[in-house]
Amino acid sequence: MIEFKNVTKILNGTKVLDNLSLRIERGETFVIIGRSGTGKTVTLKHIAGLLEPESGVVLVDGQQMNGSSKRQKDNLREKIGFVFQSGALINWMTVEENIALPLVEHKVLPQDEIKKIVEEKLDLLQLTSARDRMPAEISGGMKKRASLARVLVRNPEIILYDEPTSGLDPVMSSLINTIINQIKKDQHITQVVVTHDMESAYAVGDRIAMLYDGSIIQCDVPEAIRTTANPIVRQFISGSLEGPIEVL
Amino acid sequence: MIIIKKLKDVLVTVIGGIGKNTINIVYMLGYSTLIFLEVAYHSKAAFEKRREILKQMYYAGVKTFIVVSIVALFTGMILALQIGLELKPYQQQSLVGNIIIATLTREMAPFVTAIILIAAVGSTMAAEVGTMAVSEEIDALEMMAISPVRFLVMPRVISLALMLPIATVYTNLLGSIGGGIIAYFQLNVSFDVYYSHILESLHFKATYVGLLKAFIFGIMVSTISCANGLRATNGALGVGKATRNSVVSSFLMVLIVGYYITGIFYGKTG
Ligand SMILES: Nc1ncnc2c1ncn2[C@@H]1O[C@H](COP(=O)(O)OP(=O)(O)OP(=O)(O)O)[C@@H](O)[C@H]1O
Ligand SMILES: [Mg+2]
Repeated sequence: MIEFKNVTKILNGTKVLDNLSLRIERGETFVIIGRSGTGKTVTLKHIAGLLEPESGVVLVDGQQMNGSSKRQKDNLREKIGFVFQSGALINWMTVEENIALPLVEHKVLPQDEIKKIVEEKLDLLQLTSARDRMPAEISGGMKKRASLARVLVRNPEIILYDEPTSGLDPVMSSLINTIINQIKKDQHITQVVVTHDMESAYAVGDRIAMLYDGSIIQCDVPEAIRTTANPIVRQFISGSLEGPIEVL
Repeated sequence: MIIIKKLKDVLVTVIGGIGKNTINIVYMLGYSTLIFLEVAYHSKAAFEKRREILKQMYYAGVKTFIVVSIVALFTGMILALQIGLELKPYQQQSLVGNIIIATLTREMAPFVTAIILIAAVGSTMAAEVGTMAVSEEIDALEMMAISPVRFLVMPRVISLALMLPIATVYTNLLGSIGGGIIAYFQLNVSFDVYYSHILESLHFKATYVGLLKAFIFGIMVSTISCANGLRATNGALGVGKATRNSVVSSFLMVLIVGYYITGIFYGKTG
């Protein structure tokens, strides 16, 4: 379970998150939609403890993430995986080394065990052909899958995805959506997906929330979002120029 | 009136800019100190990270070998020319070796080598770590509970702390050779005489103080560079800024700390 209680975050003098409250249940796949620059990434980074709010509380499994010590954060992060927007693979390591990195650094398993797990993830995410390539030499879709593989080797209970389908072709997007839905079958894994790809949002979301002006203006099941009466949400999902959202 | 107002605006911007920059440099030096403490803590994993350390040393050595060679040789040659000019009227050219080796071991070699490594190695460290910071790679490490200091900074600091003294020894050697060449061809001092005078003034204290300096410079330069990199934000622009700040701060710190080390060993109380 993830909970935001009245979280406010100011960046460069603007309130990116403004008194944000939000509750994500265990085992659900929660989608956050919103325009570019509304603070979707900032929201995820608060769950991960990578950003500290000006005020408010961020709880992960009932434990406070913000303001906690480095050790406590590391403990909480043990169960959190973060699939970054650009993949964030270590640029001087091969795909395979990147995926093995968390296991190698923490030395919790013997070498051959690590190799087996990495092999399994390479296979699951169809990355076997790219295993020896450097991050700069692979496509955006491969980077995102490699990043997910690196997250999965640690068996996280919570997975945070930052725009997992942006910049990908429709086929690749479907593959990512399928993988997210596959992971969803495991009832214990909570997933938070940030996106502005509505097709993906409908495909994976148990609930969809729209972030606008620093807070959630609507949060509901996909069908309800699809037929929403809220003019802002309606304009966003239809991508219309007419409506209350100022097109800047 | 308009001109005065404009002038005022410009003045405010300039002074504000200088102030902001100064505050930033001081802040980063504080942050670098914290990073240094963390490096000291994680240095217990140095053996485990030996491959990474050796790799960094190798890169630092290869990247700077030619430049250090040329600079060292010419530093020796310039010194010999200038000193020779002063000694010639007294027919004391043979003393050129004494002065060169004393100057090199005590001050010039560690200083000159540090400057080259700031430009070539420190800047690369800031850019590498900075690029990782702005592309969320550092965040990714934190999420995997991998300390960026242990993973990235500690191997770089140890490698430069070892590499700078090694390069300094090399600078001493090549600088002396450069001086010898000038002594022979311009000052009519034979190699034998030059060499014996070099040995005469090659003092143990000067050597170890010089190497100690190089060691401390190596720690400072790499720590400051990595710290600036870790703090980089705002994409490529931020990486550029981090690199520039790391070079400026490293340069200032090498000068200031260099002075104080000299003061401790050669000052009134020393
Ligand atoms: N480290 C930072 N320092 C200063 N401002 C930041 C920082 N990170 C984000 N911001 C600002 O906060 C706002 C929200 O950024 P965020 O990255 O969360 O947007 P986003 O919703 O993820 O957009 P996108 O879809 O483009 O990724 C933006 O206006 C951005 O400029
Ligand atoms: Mg984003």
